[in-house]
Amino acid sequence: MNKSMIDLTPLTRATRWHPAELAFWLLPVAGYFLLQDNLVLLTQIAITALFCLSLDLILGFAGIVSLGHTAFFGIGAYAAGLMAAHGHGDPLLGLLVAGICAGIAGFISSLLVLRGADLTRLMVTLGVAMMLYELANKLTPITGGVDGLQGMEIQPLFGSFAFDMFGKTAYWYAVGVLFVMFVIARRLVHSPFGLSLKGIRQNVGRMPAIGAPVNARLAAVYTLGALYAGIAGALLAQTTQFVALDVLSFNRSAELLLILVLGGSGCLYGALIGTIVFMTAHHFLSDMNPEYWQFWLGLLLVLIVLFARDGVMGGVRRLGALGKGGAKA
Amino acid sequence: MTYALQTTSLVKKFGGFVATSKVSLNVEAGARHALIGPNGAGKTTLINLLTGFLEPTSGEVILNGDKVTHLAQHQRVKRGLARTFQINRLFADLTVLESVVMAVNERLGLGARFWQSVGSHTAAVDEAVELLERLRLLDVAHETTRNLAYGKQRLIEIALALAAKPSVLLLDEPAAGVPTIESRELFETIAGLPREVTILLIEHDMDLVFRFADRISVLVGGAVLTEGTPEVIAHDPKVKEVYLGEAICD
Repeated sequence: MNKSMIDLTPLTRATRWHPAELAFWLLPVAGYFLLQDNLVLLTQIAITALFCLSLDLILGFAGIVSLGHTAFFGIGAYAAGLMAAHGHGDPLLGLLVAGICAGIAGFISSLLVLRGADLTRLMVTLGVAMMLYELANKLTPITGGVDGLQGMEIQPLFGSFAFDMFGKTAYWYAVGVLFVMFVIARRLVHSPFGLSLKGIRQNVGRMPAIGAPVNARLAAVYTLGALYAGIAGALLAQTTQFVALDVLSFNRSAELLLILVLGGSGCLYGALIGTIVFMTAHHFLSDMNPEYWQFWLGLLLVLIVLFARDGVMGGVRRLGALGKGGAKA
Repeated sequence: MTYALQTTSLVKKFGGFVATSKVSLNVEAGARHALIGPNGAGKTTLINLLTGFLEPTSGEVILNGDKVTHLAQHQRVKRGLARTFQINRLFADLTVLESVVMAVNERLGLGARFWQSVGSHTAAVDEAVELLERLRLLDVAHETTRNLAYGKQRLIEIALALAAKPSVLLLDEPAAGVPTIESRELFETIAGLPREVTILLIEHDMDLVFRFADRISVLVGGAVLTEGTPEVIAHDPKVKEVYLGEAICD
């Protein structure tokens, strides 16, 4: 075989969007027109999807396990909340500041997190989030403590789209930010940097031997994941004009992990689809069975981990492979 | 005489156990140098000290005239010291081409580029393709690593090391686990490497060592027992004793 005969398109395939991807991004548009009464829920889904995307970057692509990812979500939420409560209500400025604050916190904690192996990482991330939770709880004059942060005033988006009581602006704002952040993440994972993260996840011991500075790469992606989470937290604060102490709760970190496993980690759409499935199931199950809905969620999780380890997206891929195999045969 | 790789009285202790004892190794530039020794002689520890996986208790590692004793692994790779592993350490779910492109990216300093796609960095891709052609891996370029036969995977090990354009290449039992016919092919590939690349070979198979090497160091009990040309080593009574002793123990 000659080198001129080799097909290099697999390396550039990601630069073009698959029709299924375009179809997927029509969903938010369809959702807006078909589910006008549920815009608040759809906004929550978009925000959680962005949060889940941030975990996917660090866990799915770089293999850093975290049980405290909500630390950055909470920092972002409080940063945006405090800005808006103190007269700086421009939403995009709030996002920017929230992202930077969370990113800085991410960089600092990466120095701790990257020291250990998986179990250490779980404990350190969990510990950092717990400390922040109690800090926010204790600093009542600043954060409002258990009563939550109130008095936020969000200015109109771009100076002209006010956040209305039906949540239309909030919805498009959240979806728009999710889309932009998704496009950035999509470029990132298909870049040389993204490839090196896959290398680190698959064989961390080999990477130094090809000359890759493993810790620098992991610190970079951890910082970026924190920044993404911060922006998601800011979105929540701005669209609800309120920050509850719950943004830093352990529950939120654990639930996020669950969503990512459900959707399929290591795949950007896994984070998005996992969120849609989870939040929708959550909505209907808690409607049907307000007290015991978590039972069904638990069952779903167990079944997924036992029978479809790579989540919904793994199942889709397998179906796709079956389809191709069938077509060949 | 210029040396590509040297150690001066290198010592590594694990608690009270001396794994490497005052090893002074001189590998000439362009040499085909082999490191042999019975099991437990400290070959792996020495490799780990050379590559920076371990830090020595005392002594120095000198690469192309510069002290690199306290440099991290990836920094030594940047300075031209690459290695292969005795047991494959590959990227199971990447394709062969992706793996090699990734390694080339690191050498070209593209590993942190996060905006353009992998495929749009054509210089790296072209170089990876050329490397695959040289190692006769082109026909499996898009195969996932885990689906390949062990012999092919050994070649990827070498491709990943060569992607660093090393001036010194450490081959840790490159033919381990490879069937004889394939291992002959493997050694033809290795023998075909340009002379600018200095090779330090760690190998058990004496036939291969004596055919390939122009210089041999014998490591026993963590220390260099003797060093010389293959003829000298082959007739050295001390070496015979060591290997004979081992044969009897087996």
